[in-house]
Amino acid sequence: MAQINFIQAINEALAEEMERDPLTFLMGEDVVLSAFGATKGLIDKFGAKRVRNTPISEAGFVGAAVGAAMAGTRPICEVEFASFFYCAFDQVCNQAAKLRYMSGGQATMPITFRAVFGAMGGAAAQHSETVYAQFLSVPGLKLVVPSGPSDMKGLLKSAIRDNNPVIVFEHGALGRLKEEVAGGDHLVPLGKAAVKREGKNVTLVAIGAMVPKAMKVADKLEKENISVEVIDPRTLIPLDENAILASVEKTNRIVIADEGHLRGGAAADIAAIVADKGFDFLDAPVRRVTSLDVPIPFSPPLEKAAIADEARIEAAIRDVVGR
Amino acid sequence: MDISTEELLDIYHTMQKIRLFESKVRDLAMAGEIPGFVHVSIGEEASAAGVCAALRTTDRITSTHRGHGHLIAKGGRLDKMMAEIFGKRTGYCKGKGGSMHIVDYSLGILGANGIVGGGLPIATGSGLAAVIAGKDDVTASFFGDGASNEGTFHESLNLAAVWKLPVIFVCENNGFGEFTPMETVTSVKDIAVRAQAYGIPGHIVDGNDVLEVLRYTSEAVARARAGEGPTLLECKTYRWEGHVVGEQAFLGEGAYRAKSEIEAWKLKCPLIRFEKWCAENGKISSAELKKIVADTEKELADAIEFARASELPDAAEVTDDVYA
Repeated sequence: MAQINFIQAINEALAEEMERDPLTFLMGEDVVLSAFGATKGLIDKFGAKRVRNTPISEAGFVGAAVGAAMAGTRPICEVEFASFFYCAFDQVCNQAAKLRYMSGGQATMPITFRAVFGAMGGAAAQHSETVYAQFLSVPGLKLVVPSGPSDMKGLLKSAIRDNNPVIVFEHGALGRLKEEVAGGDHLVPLGKAAVKREGKNVTLVAIGAMVPKAMKVADKLEKENISVEVIDPRTLIPLDENAILASVEKTNRIVIADEGHLRGGAAADIAAIVADKGFDFLDAPVRRVTSLDVPIPFSPPLEKAAIADEARIEAAIRDVVGR
Repeated sequence: MDISTEELLDIYHTMQKIRLFESKVRDLAMAGEIPGFVHVSIGEEASAAGVCAALRTTDRITSTHRGHGHLIAKGGRLDKMMAEIFGKRTGYCKGKGGSMHIVDYSLGILGANGIVGGGLPIATGSGLAAVIAGKDDVTASFFGDGASNEGTFHESLNLAAVWKLPVIFVCENNGFGEFTPMETVTSVKDIAVRAQAYGIPGHIVDGNDVLEVLRYTSEAVARARAGEGPTLLECKTYRWEGHVVGEQAFLGEGAYRAKSEIEAWKLKCPLIRFEKWCAENGKISSAELKKIVADTEKELADAIEFARASELPDAAEVTDDVYA
């Protein structure tokens, strides 16, 4: 097993899947040079036909990915920053997500969208938003939020092989995070949560970059005999409800940590599911730890104030366990 | 242009199918037998028939909310189309799409689309797929003058031009975006000139002359198959009916265009024009043309019977086909 970082994990997954299927190709903003390194070198391996720089023209090229998928190829479409999806909302939500259903199952839509999201230090609101909540109520999409290199690689490979439009959200602050990643054909299925740490007193569901933060909080509270079970859903659609509910059944308490906003967010969605299906397990109110309902600000102290952090996760846990 | 009698008969059959199908759909919608919004293309038959006559089965098209004609011209089955418009489970989309969203992948019909300008990026991607797969299939994208003001028009022409994709962009300029006259919301008189901005050929075509449409499309197809990139065709035409069937109920008569304008365009009927051309050039006898009309009427009657006799979807089917 080799230690690789998040960006290398993306690069390996792309290279392996493009090697595997000649109808898989890469298109997007600066994928040839690769600003963040995720697609670096792929042009040398696969050539200009299959590694294509697009114009900065999201509606045009995201829509082209939809057409290319419908016409029998398997595009991997990079939208540099996830906030840029707003420029291509029709193509993702009206076209990619709906055309299979609207055609009575005739269309297959094997597209993988990749996009960087989240607060990464002074990028301001139009480059820092956590936008997956905007896609949660669009049936037809799958949403993947990896929290580390191993899941990144395995989930991205599964996303590329999936016959539905899948958006893989890559947190911009996780780029240098390193971990051991299994060799061979390392696949992580979509729709299966990971129990990152077992615990008895409280379930802490953490999404994306909240996972490393959650692990630190769990380590700290362990010393006070507060045993935190950390669950990483890994994919928001499909969502592994059973893993979350089984954990709440055991711990009787839940905190959900997400970098998205409070209103209408992924944390709200999970909280509602727990309230609907796990109410009888609960000994304390469901608590959400999210970013504030403000656009993510530029200046470092403001950005820090807006984003969900370890202190807020810890406070929420202390609140539900009453210690 | 060298064109066989068989091809001429096919073209006429296509135009008649569109004319009769659309007329019937209009009547059925007015009679309340069809749910939802229905947009018919009576008067615009030549652009659909002329473009698709230049395509082969493996070539693909994208269409619009006013798409029945394009689908018929690409070979769409009248019975499955009609059943879809009726919302029946035997329809092309099992009743999930309706009039604005008919699709037949086996015929290269990537779909009508309810979003104005929605088809252009999809057609561009379909052209890209041909390049990736190493095939010489082309894709024709139908859209209206209104769509040429959408960002997707400009982004798609640029992308297709940069990558020299095998796409034919077919603007059916019928003079109106819904109820708004094109010239009041469009910076140019001719959409075709917008091709210059993207360094590709753009041609103004008499959209009511099916043979002229065929001639220009054939050139564009040859260029696309040769890897020389996209072409923009602007077919000048006119819709005889309203934007949406039944609009008189909320707009009243003559709300946004004069009756005399409609009558003047009816004199330029693409079918009559083709019939005249056949007679003048001794190509097809009027008896043969009449037989096509009779055959088409029969085909259409069967399609309506099929649609009426078909079952509505079961409520349990509502969750089918969201995911593959």
